[in-house]
Amino acid sequence: MAIKRADDFEIRREHLKNLTDEELEKRFWQLAEEIVKPMVELASTHTSPAVERSVLLRMGFSSIEAKTIVEGVQNLGLLGKGAGNVVYRLAKKKNMPIREAGLLLVEGKAWDEVPALF
Amino acid sequence: MLEKNEKLNIEEILNDLENYRPKRRGWHWREEQGKQQHGDFEYHQASKPLENSCPLPAAKSFGYIDPQPDCVITTEIASGRFEDDIRRMRMAAWHGADHIMVIRTAGQSHYDGLIEGTPEGVGGVPISRKQVRATRKALDIIEEEVGRPINFHSYVSGVAGPDIAVMFAEEGVNGAHQDPQYNVLYRNINMVRSFVDAAVAKRIMAFADMVQIDGAHNANATAMKGWKVMPELMVQHALNCAYSKMVGMKPQNIALSTVPPTAPPAPCMRIDLPYAVALRQLFKDYKMRAQMNTKYMESCTREATVTHVLNLLISRLTRADIQSTITPDEGRNVPWHYNNIHAINTAKQALVGMDGLLELVELKKDGYLPAKVRELKERAVLFMEEILEVGGYFKAVEMGFFVDSGMYPERNGDGIARQINGGIGVGTVVERDKDYMAPVCEHFGYNNLPEGIEKACDLIDGCTFCKPEKIVFIDELDENDNVSRRLKETENLRHSSEIKPEVEWCGDGIVSTTIFLPVEERVAEFAAMEIGKKMGLEDVVVIHKQVMQPAEGTLVEIKGKVPFTIDTSKLVIPKKPEVLSDEEIRKDIERKPMKVVAATVGEDEHSVGLREVIDIKHGGIEKYGIECLYLGTSCPVEKLVDAAIEYNADAILASTIITHNDVHIKNMKKLHDLCIEKGVRDKLMVCAGGTQVTDEIAKSAGMDAGFGRGTKGNDVASFLVKRRREMENYEG
Repeated sequence: MAIKRADDFEIRREHLKNLTDEELEKRFWQLAEEIVKPMVELASTHTSPAVERSVLLRMGFSSIEAKTIVEGVQNLGLLGKGAGNVVYRLAKKKNMPIREAGLLLVEGKAWDEVPALF
Repeated sequence: MLEKNEKLNIEEILNDLENYRPKRRGWHWREEQGKQQHGDFEYHQASKPLENSCPLPAAKSFGYIDPQPDCVITTEIASGRFEDDIRRMRMAAWHGADHIMVIRTAGQSHYDGLIEGTPEGVGGVPISRKQVRATRKALDIIEEEVGRPINFHSYVSGVAGPDIAVMFAEEGVNGAHQDPQYNVLYRNINMVRSFVDAAVAKRIMAFADMVQIDGAHNANATAMKGWKVMPELMVQHALNCAYSKMVGMKPQNIALSTVPPTAPPAPCMRIDLPYAVALRQLFKDYKMRAQMNTKYMESCTREATVTHVLNLLISRLTRADIQSTITPDEGRNVPWHYNNIHAINTAKQALVGMDGLLELVELKKDGYLPAKVRELKERAVLFMEEILEVGGYFKAVEMGFFVDSGMYPERNGDGIARQINGGIGVGTVVERDKDYMAPVCEHFGYNNLPEGIEKACDLIDGCTFCKPEKIVFIDELDENDNVSRRLKETENLRHSSEIKPEVEWCGDGIVSTTIFLPVEERVAEFAAMEIGKKMGLEDVVVIHKQVMQPAEGTLVEIKGKVPFTIDTSKLVIPKKPEVLSDEEIRKDIERKPMKVVAATVGEDEHSVGLREVIDIKHGGIEKYGIECLYLGTSCPVEKLVDAAIEYNADAILASTIITHNDVHIKNMKKLHDLCIEKGVRDKLMVCAGGTQVTDEIAKSAGMDAGFGRGTKGNDVASFLVKRRREMENYEG
């Protein structure tokens, strides 16, 4: 889909040439914001394995533990709930500390209880 | 605190790492910027001086001042072994670097998670928690020693951006590259994944008060004609800035990675300066990280240095908040220890030399410069208009808008195109459900926290940002590939009197040699390698060659390894004579005048060395008030002794340069014998000097002292004053 085209700057700039420098700079930043806005929205409403690992790291799990838990959550199709949320709800249900609940999952235990948490 | 004569103790740094916490978080800009006095001079663009540093070589003639420029100075250190890099970081800090950037090992951007332990890297360092913590701990020691905080920097990119951002925030990393466009264009990471991850990573970086540097400069390095992508570079900078700001970063923590796109023989100022001006005008709220050009670097370190100085001129004519440096050997090999230092000094020297430049000259406000600035801005605006016309950023990437070799709006159809349904990590992004929740602080995006919860991590009794004691430290995962094993291999070289040359790693044994050969290029190359082998070097490689004239000769530089060690305890190192202060010498001459007679003896017409030792204009002994009778060159020894007697001199200074048939030694002996014969040897101080003279050789030939290459007036005057005091005591 890549296009080839000669430099038609002089024709294209017609609508810009009478702008003041201030107006041109304002337009520059308006366009940049307009381009990135949908991507910021996308990031706000979506998550990824790396995002969820970063949540688990902040919850006090090691990188290896975080990776195992996120993979388990992905396998259950529950990443959209949040991997941290899975661990949090499991801990609450079993009335145990967060870290203990997470380590159960790391050891491959308690996964059967996870779907019912939501 | 570390003593300056004490080496960094790597084992000590690695000890108890599990419990080490960094001293601080966040970026540090240089302090006390502005007008200040150093030695005889006023500076207008300097900053708080260091407590311990190595000044520029020429500082010797300026009272050893070491003014520090106002901007942060970066150096990139990443040899693959962090335990060796931290020693280089100390050298760099002493020369004025306060931003240490660690390049990651090849392939880390495709590693889905954090690397742990301390494996050896290729072309960079595997960025793991242990390596980061050990490096930060070393830098915490080094920054105390030099008296200025050091910014530690690496990369928050690839498919583990958010993980790395968390680890960096926890471990006191102060700056990072983060730019989702870099992932997409150069690492072929899925574009959706890249932008979703970036928002979370950036929010965490904002919390840690890290400075972010974008990745736009890669377009310059990748494009066939680096200067054609100028409009696109402005667009890339703008998109990362706007995105970062929208997810919560402060503009003053967002830096553009900008490179002057060309280098001589292109008329680079005419192209690079308008571009630099346009950027600074458009991005006035943001920081400028001025990088040096790498695109047009060959193996000539001199050529690279000149290009880099021209880059520094642009920094001073416009603005640089962070001045990055590129080592002059980057066109040859992974940078060597001392080339990092050369690069830092290139920046420091040029920036200090151009201090206050814009008070002396100004950029033109009409004509070519502003016209070009305007044109570049318009081209960038047109670029973004077309992105929106085709349906947005993702669509534009699919259509190969970026890194096209045509100057926009010209298109050559050779840009880097990526598909939204392709790349590493494709299909891994999912929508957050209504009941999505993350019970941690600084989490970007939708987060359905239970009602009444204001601080997310209250749900879990604190996250690692609030309670660092919750961080889990992994030591090593690989029992063979780790720092302890590597240190064991070099233990002898680190803890004994044996040493080996090195350029990168302890004990690598590498040395380089510069050779001129009077033959054509290809013959010279092979002859140079043979010379290296005959010199006893192993693994000889040509690292630079340059034709001086196709028939007359070629310059070749080779590197190779020496297969031996040197035991420093067995070296016979003569004691360095103590030099008296100028004041003390002057006082002693005031107390009692001193006269010397001097000449170059024998059939010898060399005069430069002796004149430097004597003449007041070269800082010679005359400046202390010592009276000198100079008899010129080719002076018979007899004439010199007779003149000393007649003049009632205290000392004879004989210069003897020619060494054919040991004539220099014979001259010294003759001088000594003649003084005895005339009965004046006990009253006279008799010294000899010359390029091949040493104190030992001179003494064994009957002299009181000998002075070799590099001798200055104060060396000779110190000796004369001290010797005369001894003689007075003897007589007295």
